[in-house]
Amino acid sequence: MSNTTAAKPRLTTSAMIASIAGEGQKTKLAPFGHALAELANTRPDIIGMTADLAKYTDLHIFAQAHPHRFFQMGMAEQLLMGAAGGMAKEGFTPFATTYAVFASRRAYDFIHQVICEEHLNVKIACALPGLTTGYGPSHQATEDIAIFRGIPGITVIDPCDALDIEQAVPAIAEHKGPVYMRLLRGQVPLVLDEYDYTFELGKAKLLRDGKDVLIISTGILTMRALEVAKELAADQIDVAVLHTPTIKPLDTATILREASRTGRLVVVAENHTEVGGLGEAVAAVLLRNGVTPPFRQIALPDAFLDAGALPTLHDRYGISTATMAARIKGWLG
Amino acid sequence: MGEVQGQGYIGQALGIADMLAVAYCHVLNYRADEPEWEGRDRFLLSHGHYAIAHYGALIEAGIIPENELETYGSDGSRLPMSGMASYTPGMEISGGSLGQGLIIAVGMALGLRLKNNPAFVYNSMSDGELDEGSTWEAAMSAAHHGLSNLICLVDINNQQADGNSNQMLGFEPLADKWAAFGWYVQRVDGHDLDALVAAFDAARAYPEAKPRVILLDTLMGKGVPFLEQREKNHFIRVDPPEWQQALAILDASQPVVGAEQ
Repeated sequence: MSNTTAAKPRLTTSAMIASIAGEGQKTKLAPFGHALAELANTRPDIIGMTADLAKYTDLHIFAQAHPHRFFQMGMAEQLLMGAAGGMAKEGFTPFATTYAVFASRRAYDFIHQVICEEHLNVKIACALPGLTTGYGPSHQATEDIAIFRGIPGITVIDPCDALDIEQAVPAIAEHKGPVYMRLLRGQVPLVLDEYDYTFELGKAKLLRDGKDVLIISTGILTMRALEVAKELAADQIDVAVLHTPTIKPLDTATILREASRTGRLVVVAENHTEVGGLGEAVAAVLLRNGVTPPFRQIALPDAFLDAGALPTLHDRYGISTATMAARIKGWLG
Repeated sequence: MGEVQGQGYIGQALGIADMLAVAYCHVLNYRADEPEWEGRDRFLLSHGHYAIAHYGALIEAGIIPENELETYGSDGSRLPMSGMASYTPGMEISGGSLGQGLIIAVGMALGLRLKNNPAFVYNSMSDGELDEGSTWEAAMSAAHHGLSNLICLVDINNQQADGNSNQMLGFEPLADKWAAFGWYVQRVDGHDLDALVAAFDAARAYPEAKPRVILLDTLMGKGVPFLEQREKNHFIRVDPPEWQQALAILDASQPVVGAEQ
């Protein structure tokens, strides 16, 4: 490399499962593992199972607290899901963890046939949802929601932050039937504690109101949407944020109520391909009900995404705070 | 049952009828009037298309009434062509997506052990399912966890959809493979009733903490010479007069377990 090239700090791909927290952001360590370990103190039916990813899904916290109820299944995701189904048939409530790519792609038939066809009580919790790793398509689960939404009877959750995860764990354990939950692990951002918010299965919650734009968001893009709303407020653009952590079943009543308010641009924002996720789900609900506000989607493109540093990729694919804010301003004209 | 449809997995059914007879008449703990009794042995039909044979066994066991036979495969029946847990009492799993039964069995065996429930889990599977990678994930796992409450039954009729199983994806030496995976292995003539009884007994009594497999060499269409000799088909059609011939042959040759002793 030439020494004459101007030295510019180059971002590099971070560790596969580095925290998505921004610099200086408030975080909480391993909310999933701690919430599950605590819940299991009073629920002897809860067990933990993983396919060689306990540490990378925070399930090791549960394993340390309840070693006789932890099952290491090895790097065999079909086995993980099918055996979790067998455990559920024997009356247990297994939480099965792996990366979202492996659950959605490799183990799909086992989730479909073993778990969901019998509506078994298995909770599938998966790290690296959407674009939360820079390792490229092998580890980027950009279409997992589309894949699971098609299965009858499954519940699909995309939590925003540590608080969402902590509250979702007991809620999905209480729910009878299969659940797929996207997981953030390690140092997980804590955002929703600053809002009047509690997680309720199947409910979308309005985190802030606004008269110009309604962002219907899920997962980490709710965190981004809240930042966007603060940024645009400086430009006198008033942004409402409707957080929709449960993608299936969708809270159609709340979505229709909010989207029916006239004079607002509706933007659906998700850390997922534009194909088959929350955006298309909301679009279908609106059209079926004759509600047709101006509508835009913020989502990942229908493409195999690049490897690289996450901030670079989030800018490139339009899910960073700055790019989201700029696009929304552009749409408002 | 097959007569209602005029076709079906008749060859496979006749091939494992002897194993099922021994399982339901000699081996399994169950309560006919309480199919979900917690203490029952779990019998999983991984090859869901063998349901036609399993229904026969469940009827002989008194779990489903004989007069439901004629509904087999009909709309609204509790006896669908491919076995499903939600349709039929005594059907533990929804099989048919081949290569899943043994994996479910691993989970159930782990669960039973965690509950201190002494029941056994039996997984009945076809030799075609040996092609599926998931079978071998399960085989490794069962041995790793020392699942002595798991007994796998492999029907080796050497026939799958596209031809002879060993020509689709060679699986021999099969006994050595299972042994190398850490299983207690027996290979028996799947039509020798006394050998079947002995194999089941040995599998249950084996003292080491290993999963157990019984490899059953079977003949499709067993007991009905014109079906045994017919060009082998995965899914066979039988003409109306042949049903009567087949039934007559089978009625005339009813074997009895231990009759020669």
